[in-house]
Amino acid sequence: MQEPPLKMTARAVKVHYGAKLALKGIDLDIPTGQVTALIGPSGCGKSTFLRCLNRMNDTIAGARVSGDITLDGQPVTGPNGIDPVLLRMRVGIVFQKPNPFPKSIYDNVAFGPRIHALFKDQTHLDEIVETALTRAGLWKEVKDRLHEMGTGLSGGQQQRLCIARAIAVSPEVILMDEPCSALDPIATAKVEELIDEFSGAYTIVIVTHSMQQAARVSQRTAFFHLGELVELGDTAQIFTAPRHQLTQGYITGRFG
Amino acid sequence: MPTIGDHHIVKSFDEELKRLHDALARMGGLTEQQLSGALDALERRDSDLATRIMNDDVRVDECEEFINEQTVRLLALRAPVADDLRVVIATLKAAGNLERIADHAANAAKRSLVLNQMPQVGPMRSLVRMGRLVNGLLAEVLGAYLTHDAERALAVRSRDQEVDDLYSSLFREILTYMMEDPRTITAGTHLMFIAKNIERIGDHATNIAEMTYFLVTGRKLNDQRPKRDTSTLEGGAEE
Repeated sequence: MQEPPLKMTARAVKVHYGAKLALKGIDLDIPTGQVTALIGPSGCGKSTFLRCLNRMNDTIAGARVSGDITLDGQPVTGPNGIDPVLLRMRVGIVFQKPNPFPKSIYDNVAFGPRIHALFKDQTHLDEIVETALTRAGLWKEVKDRLHEMGTGLSGGQQQRLCIARAIAVSPEVILMDEPCSALDPIATAKVEELIDEFSGAYTIVIVTHSMQQAARVSQRTAFFHLGELVELGDTAQIFTAPRHQLTQGYITGRFG
Repeated sequence: MPTIGDHHIVKSFDEELKRLHDALARMGGLTEQQLSGALDALERRDSDLATRIMNDDVRVDECEEFINEQTVRLLALRAPVADDLRVVIATLKAAGNLERIADHAANAAKRSLVLNQMPQVGPMRSLVRMGRLVNGLLAEVLGAYLTHDAERALAVRSRDQEVDDLYSSLFREILTYMMEDPRTITAGTHLMFIAKNIERIGDHATNIAEMTYFLVTGRKLNDQRPKRDTSTLEGGAEE
């Protein structure tokens, strides 16, 4: 079986928050077009790692990141690193709590294409917005009220709006930080269905506290514990026969 | 700092898994008794015992039914993963094998009733000997299963060849017996079927050995180049 090419790589990635070492040197490859799930108990460093991938930690006072991260072989960090604005266009992110801008549905989705000047004319921008909303499974629900506030949508719709906003700039990688933890099971299923549809076209890295969600949506699962990557494997292997005792203890609920 | 324990954080999950384990232990013990009872009935020409064995088969069926229900419940309500998942799946399959074993034992008991209407035939001794060997393997594999001992299970699996060899020689013995005295053909044919029952029980015991290996290691045995492994193990088992 041929391994898919690598979209992103991380080598010896360490993160300090002040004096605290939050990540103790992570080596992890993110294969192209696959869904990689990061699981582990609170404080294990999985979200910290996710935030390294598009340099979100840069904005946190006292955070220091070392090690090498690449995107298509180009350095993400360091003096030769990709410009963060460009990086975040290529590596989008969806957060735990839906956070639409206090703007219209249309303007939320058009925001990225506008600041990155990704459209030729109004018709083209309309197309981009429609395509993004359609791919996020929201178009039918909002097409007649595009100029209403995004914040007026239901929680699940808001999260799909955030996903539409993320994909409107045609990112290559989508990071998701517990994207369903504030959603009900139906809204969760819709987001998971989107992740399924997206795999192949996008490379996805998802942090989740729901083991069943990791099992349902990902092809590969990485288990973090106390700032270290304990085990990485095919999701089916991790959930049927994990190699590491810590992984087994965590996913079966024998931890603590 | 979190540590891993032997116990689930949710205690009722542990209790349900223990209930499943205990049910399989009970079913295994009952199945062993059924087989050894059927062999006693054959050896002693004891029709009362044979009848009891036939009637008691339903008790093994009840155990299987309980395990099936418990398994479905656990899968639905607990969504087990990793070794918990393997325990649940392996128990379900082991219970299926035990149910078949008990059926074969009941079938042997039923044929013994017919045999008791006829004069004793010679190959019966070899047949019972083969039955005792298989019952020993069954006890051994159940022990391995219940204590999660993959090595012990592999040793049982490698000994199934002994059963197959005994079956072949018994087959020839019965055939010779029938050719020498055609009046024994009816009895001989029943013996043949019983021998086949016992040989099949050996195969089911082997299945349970393979389930044990899966349960403990998370790997299937057949991805392990069985031929070479078997020969190595046979050497080890003879020691």
